[in-house]
Parts: sequence; structure tokens; C-alpha cells
Amino acid sequence: MGKRVGMEVSIAAAEAVKQANVDVISAYPITPQTHIVEHLSEIVANGEMDAEFFCVESEHSALSVCVGSEATGARSFTCTSSQGLALMSEITYIASGLRLPIVMILANRTLSAPLSIWNDHSDVMSIRDCGWIQFFTENGQEVYDHVFISYRLAEDREVLLPVIINMDGFTLSHVIEPFEMIEQEKVDQFLPPYQPLYRLHPDHPITMGAFALPSIFAEAKKAQEVAIWSSMPKILETWKAFGDMTGRYYKPIETYKAEDAETLLVTMGSFGETASVAVDKLREGGRSVGLVKIRLWRPFPFDELKKATLGAKQLVVIDRAISVGGPGGPVASEVRSALYGSDNRPAIYNFVAGISGRDVAPQDFVKMVDKAEIEIEEGNKEGYEIYGVRE
Amino acid sequence: MTKPENEWTWKEIPIGNVVLEPGNASQYRTGDWKSLKPILDKEKCIHCGLCYIFCPDMAYNLNEEGYFIADLFYCKGCGICAKECPTGAISMVVEEEGK
Repeated sequence: MGKRVGMEVSIAAAEAVKQANVDVISAYPITPQTHIVEHLSEIVANGEMDAEFFCVESEHSALSVCVGSEATGARSFTCTSSQGLALMSEITYIASGLRLPIVMILANRTLSAPLSIWNDHSDVMSIRDCGWIQFFTENGQEVYDHVFISYRLAEDREVLLPVIINMDGFTLSHVIEPFEMIEQEKVDQFLPPYQPLYRLHPDHPITMGAFALPSIFAEAKKAQEVAIWSSMPKILETWKAFGDMTGRYYKPIETYKAEDAETLLVTMGSFGETASVAVDKLREGGRSVGLVKIRLWRPFPFDELKKATLGAKQLVVIDRAISVGGPGGPVASEVRSALYGSDNRPAIYNFVAGISGRDVAPQDFVKMVDKAEIEIEEGNKEGYEIYGVRE
Repeated sequence: MTKPENEWTWKEIPIGNVVLEPGNASQYRTGDWKSLKPILDKEKCIHCGLCYIFCPDMAYNLNEEGYFIADLFYCKGCGICAKECPTGAISMVVEEEGK
């Protein structure tokens, strides 16, 4: 077992990047991602890590540098939040289209306006369809672990896709948690040096990022779509290998006291831990409530979600982003799509909660369950509301 | 040369749409962009080659008889050759009519 230490989650994330033997780090500071890159720049400046640290003038450049370095075969890392991701968004589509296995940590933060530095998922939802594999994490250990998992997965010849590790800003990034660090030898064994399939090299000239005519564009996109779906077994395999090494096994959909539960809370990200406290309270009161946590956002695990939720009477889906003018929250949309074709599908009540970092305590989850159960009982089976808004 | 791109299936595209074969821009038919095509009046042609020099698509080639002729697979019909021709030997005609 690795050493157990107390550490700020951002610092642990930076330590993981160091242990993953990344060659190129390119990032622009933005709250709440700042501590990760500050620590990385310190590590590199102190000579503790053999990497190039690029101080760029914007996030657009940060990811562009990663695209270039990754194209030459260098393991590359970037990290951002909110407006920074919005500025990067153009390049996110390019990285996945070129199949460059970049890994990014996204310390999730609200998109302006109104201006806010606090946490929600509106940043990542703005690039939901950009073609990156997207994980959500519940605590610091998961962030640390997923750096290794992500590089091994991304660089797999049968995957070759970029990965986003979502961690809730402040809620995770700025708290001190206990970590079980993995010994360097084990990391090196789990994550061998990157062997690119294609790379830019003067001895073997190739073209990356070429123009595609309408006559071939659809085929190119189909290939990309198939690639991300084909990564699903590789994701499971990588989690399994990681679990065998550390004892920490991860799944696309995780459940807590969900078997036989009539009502299921469905959450994504750090909500999971708080919601599990609420489930315990509700269970103590004799209520049949469980929890379903979505860890893998893209590719979306439709089958696993169905398996975890069919049989329940109702789902209370909690989103941390609004789809303005749309059907509610993005997670609820996906859950509804997953279950639409199933017989006896549960009623789905959707709350948007905790946007811009407003605290959502266990008691709030209890209130949401209470409210949803009453609404559904009264026939409102497709409800949606923003939780806790003052009328 | 590999087969034309409009016959490739999604399974045949290299990962990341990498282009492994150099010089393949020559396979790109820019000729179907045009609405006008150049017609050479051989009586007026003085074989100066200015059409060949000015053509932005390098569509002009010298034929065995010593005339520069535009390859319509590449010619976009821009008309620069006709404009630059010192003797007015090249005229741009609507493609269908010039057949």
C-alpha cells in the first residue's frame, strides 16, 4: 500500500502529473485551477521533473501548444476552468479530431454572466460534444488516480483520444484530503512511456489537420464516433488494471444502497458523497432511497445506467448546470434518453442545484427527494425546477 | 495512387485523418469550381508562356505542338491567363457553350 498523506487536492493532482512523467505542461492560470499549475511550475523550476513548462498568453494557446507537442509524440498536460475552457473550446474539437491523447484536468467553475468564480458544471457542458472522454470525480483520491488512468487509456493504440478529468472547483480543488500516493515504480509499471502511432518527425513527413471535403467529412466523423464508443471496453479494462494494482476499482456508474430502492438520486461529481449522507439519513427513517452516481460522462454509459435505474419507481436527477431554453439539466436529458425506450421506466424529476457553488447539504438532498416524491405522486412525472430559488 | 477519396469508407481513413502520402494535392479536382473556361486561339498565340507563368493553379502545360494548354481538371476558370495574354489569344467562355 502506498504512503497515506494529507494534501490539498490541487497539489495531489500536480504530483500525479509529475509521477505520470508528463513531457509538456502548457497552461494559463485561472481560479480555481490555479494551484495545480502553480505547483507544477514550481516542480519544473526546481528540476524535480523533466518537462517543458509553457507559460502561454491564453488558454487558446495553452491547448494549441498541447496539440503541437502531442503531435510530436510528447505526453502533454493542460488544466483550466470556466472562461478558460470557453476560450479553449475551439481547440478541444481539434485535439479529438486529430486523435491526440492529451489529458486535461478541469476544475469546474461557472461560466459568466453573472461573473462567478464558484463551482458548477456549465463550463464542461459547453463542450459536451467535443469528442473527449470525460470523467467526473467525487473526491481528491479519484482525481489523483484518474491522472494515471487517463494517460494509460488515452494513449492506448485502440483508443487515442483526449481525456478530461472533471473535478468540482473549490469543493475538491481547494480542500485538504487524505491521499494514498502510489509508489513511482508502480506508476511506471502501470503507465509505460508513450509510443505514438503517428507523429510529426522530419524523417517521416506526414500531414496532420488536413482539409476534408464534404465527400469524406462524414466518414471521418463516423470513424471518430466509432472510436469513442470502442473505447468503452478499454475504459473498463484500464479501471480493472488500476484496481488490481491499488485496490480502488472504478465503474462508469456507481451505486450506493440502490438495489431495491424505490427512489434513486442520480448525481455526477462531488455531489455523490454528500448525497450518500442524505441516503443514509433517509434509510434510517425507513425510506426506500438509493443513489446512482455517474462517473463516465462521455462516452455515456447508457446500458449501465439502465441496469442501475430500471426497477426504481422514480429518479431524482440532480444537475449542476442549466440548459437554458432546453429540457432542464444536461444529465437529466441523457438519463431520459437512456430510459425512453424501456418499459416501466421510472418517473424522472429533475433539479438543477448548487449552481455557482451554492452549498447543497445532505438536508437539501432530503428536501429534493421529498419534493420530487410529492410532485410525482400528484402526477408531475417530468418535472424540472431550479432548487432553492427565492420566489 | 490510392483510390479517390469519395470512395473511401470510414474504416479506411487513417486514425486522426493523418495524410500519409505526400504530394496528394494533385488528386484534388479544383476544375469543377469553374463557370468559365479558357479557349486558345492558336492563330494569335505567340508561345510566350505568360499564361503558364501567371496561372495560380499551375493548370497550364506545354503540349507537343508547343502550345500552353490549361488542364481543365485543375483550371478554376479565374481568367488571369486571358487577362495577361499580350495578344488576346485566350478568351473565357461559359463552360457549356464552349463544348
